[in-house]
Amino acid sequence: MSSATAENHTFLARGMKMLLIAILAFAGVLFASPAMADTVGDEYENKILGNVKNEGTPLQGVKIIVEGNGYTAEVVTDGDGKWSIGVPEAGSYLITLVEDTLPEGIAVLEGGATQTVEWGFTNTVVWNFFIGEGERNPTSQLDQFFMRVFAGLNFGLLLGLAAIGLSLVFGTTALPNFAHGEMVTMGALFTLFLTLAGVPLLLSFPLAVALSALFGWGLDAAIWAPLRARGVGIVQLMIVSIGLSLTFRYITQAFLGGGTEQLPGALGSPEIPIFRTVSLSVNDLISMGVSLVVLIAFAFWLLRSKMGKATRAVSDNADLAAASGINVDQVIRVVWIMAGGLAGLAGILWAYFRPGLKWDMGEKILLFIFAAGVLGGLGTAFGAFVGAMIVGVLIETSAQFIPSDLKYVGALLVMIIILLFRPQGILGRRERIG
Amino acid sequence: MDINSIFINTAQALFSPVTIAFAMAALGLAIHFGFVGLLNFGIAGFMAVGAYGYAISTLTFGFPWWAAFLASMAASALFAVILGIPTLQLRGDYLAIVTIAAAEIVRLLLLSTTWIKTTGSADGLVAYADDFRSINPFPDGTYGFGPWSYTANQFWVLIFALIVLALAALLLWRLVRSPWGRVIKGIREDEDAVRALGKNVFAYKMQALVVGGIVAGLGGALYVLPSSANPMLFATSLTFFVWTALLLGGAATVFGPLLGAVIFWVLQAFLGSLLPAMADAGLLGALSSAQAGALRFVLVGILLVVIVIVRPQGIVGDKRELTFVRK
Repeated sequence: MSSATAENHTFLARGMKMLLIAILAFAGVLFASPAMADTVGDEYENKILGNVKNEGTPLQGVKIIVEGNGYTAEVVTDGDGKWSIGVPEAGSYLITLVEDTLPEGIAVLEGGATQTVEWGFTNTVVWNFFIGEGERNPTSQLDQFFMRVFAGLNFGLLLGLAAIGLSLVFGTTALPNFAHGEMVTMGALFTLFLTLAGVPLLLSFPLAVALSALFGWGLDAAIWAPLRARGVGIVQLMIVSIGLSLTFRYITQAFLGGGTEQLPGALGSPEIPIFRTVSLSVNDLISMGVSLVVLIAFAFWLLRSKMGKATRAVSDNADLAAASGINVDQVIRVVWIMAGGLAGLAGILWAYFRPGLKWDMGEKILLFIFAAGVLGGLGTAFGAFVGAMIVGVLIETSAQFIPSDLKYVGALLVMIIILLFRPQGILGRRERIG
Repeated sequence: MDINSIFINTAQALFSPVTIAFAMAALGLAIHFGFVGLLNFGIAGFMAVGAYGYAISTLTFGFPWWAAFLASMAASALFAVILGIPTLQLRGDYLAIVTIAAAEIVRLLLLSTTWIKTTGSADGLVAYADDFRSINPFPDGTYGFGPWSYTANQFWVLIFALIVLALAALLLWRLVRSPWGRVIKGIREDEDAVRALGKNVFAYKMQALVVGGIVAGLGGALYVLPSSANPMLFATSLTFFVWTALLLGGAATVFGPLLGAVIFWVLQAFLGSLLPAMADAGLLGALSSAQAGALRFVLVGILLVVIVIVRPQGIVGDKRELTFVRK
């Protein structure tokens, strides 16, 4: 009887999983379904319009194509160089100026001939191409995809720095630390304060990372270690981490205000061409380099050093590690210091990636750190890295296929789906987490 | 410092639609967390679904007010089922991560411009309350006394919200004392023991998730009933504020969430008036009044940490009913 119920139960669960997948698939079909339209459309409320001029001279007969959300339309500019395309919804569209229709020697100079329309809060958006004399330099779909992959790798690498700390804290203390986002914010915040205090930029980075590591150590010494000693339950600890997250987030707001600050050199970083039309900014290249070096050094520490081995042992099985003579408390302290430093570094890099430093930037990235950790398997450092790369690339590349304001939804959905089918994550060991 | 306006603001928070909406959300969460032990960190998602369920069914489909409330409840129930299928078999910490992500997905979908005609995107939705106001039994005029004085529309929203809250509290009070309530409390205490008795734990959890979800969703609808719905209202902070209210009052009680919501909002209103006034009077050093306003949320965070460590059963709770402390 009981086993029959259990069987029924798993059968039911499986059926429900299938149902859920069907619902998700259906939602996907809805996304892709083409909007019906065949004209350049005055009947739509939402309009994209512009004016094609070369140094004040209107250009007639230039072809403009709008496509996206299953809708395509094209127009040819009139004698004043003006054009207007009505679109069914204020969604994300790719807009192309067909360069072959421009006069000889004239090209789109900035942003490429194909650009993505961004909407404000009104029904109308004005989209002008910056054209002038120059080489035609078309950015193909493929090149756009490459650029998104690079952006994704960059984001993934810095996400990995943050996710490793979260994952190791979870592995060694079983705590999903909801205040990890604020540890990320702190890195950027320390850098800002140090540079404002007149510390040279290159010196303020390592100092900020050191302060972040100190912050991680302080959190453990002041709060987590005493609570562990009291044997406080894990659910309580989670709620404590939420309380800490609110506390630090709003302290940041109280001192920083609600606006966005920029770290020195965050804006206007020069672009370096990589291949074809793909180019990366100097900041991006430095960011990726720093992440890679730190991640490799960390992996080396984890695999080779005595402390790193002890960390992995505690993460695997704390009781067994303690029984074999490892000082678990010391390992946990080191893990918090590492987590603080890595999260701080991730915060600095993220402030350059976004770009900008804001009081709630930690809250914004927290769920993706969790997504990376869960995807790779919480408790595994290398899993967190793999998960972060997948989440980063997925977020950035998906924007080519779905509306860009939905790109973050994809990463969160993937996390939920992975928990359905492989709840231990990609590199995690199978255990009961149900 | 204007002591009088601080007092009026504080007193008004005692009976306001926002306080009542919070009480509803906390009540729903009490079912999820207090009675079944589900770590639902997605309560803001339930509130958003309830709120937009009401607003969209009114604006897009032209439902009358009562049908809009039914649609809101149906939407919350559906959200609970969709959320529950993948998550109810997960361990507590994973459930927390997934529910918080699900709530954020809801908010991002509402924020997206893809469905701007229906959802209003970042501008949100307004002007959906006409039909609800048209059945207002109170003639135009001013109601109440002292700090509690309302226009006819405000008074109607308030009375209606109070009735909904009273009904919900009564229903849940009966439910947790019913045989069904004993089973879900059993699941909280020892899931395997209940399973050994031949109960379908998954089904009970799902039922509890739906019931609590509907109550929280109605809370969301009441939250936006006075004026407008906006995705920014339903950020993850909202979830944590509801948790604070719940834990403050007492998670495994019916009266606790109500008390917690009232204390939470009275404190918020008091500090929200007092701190900026103190900053203006120069009592908080170099802090501006806007900066001082952020400090009250710092206090919320500290309050949450202190309650969960010092008195996890909340003000009216019973420590024996707190499995989460023992685990």
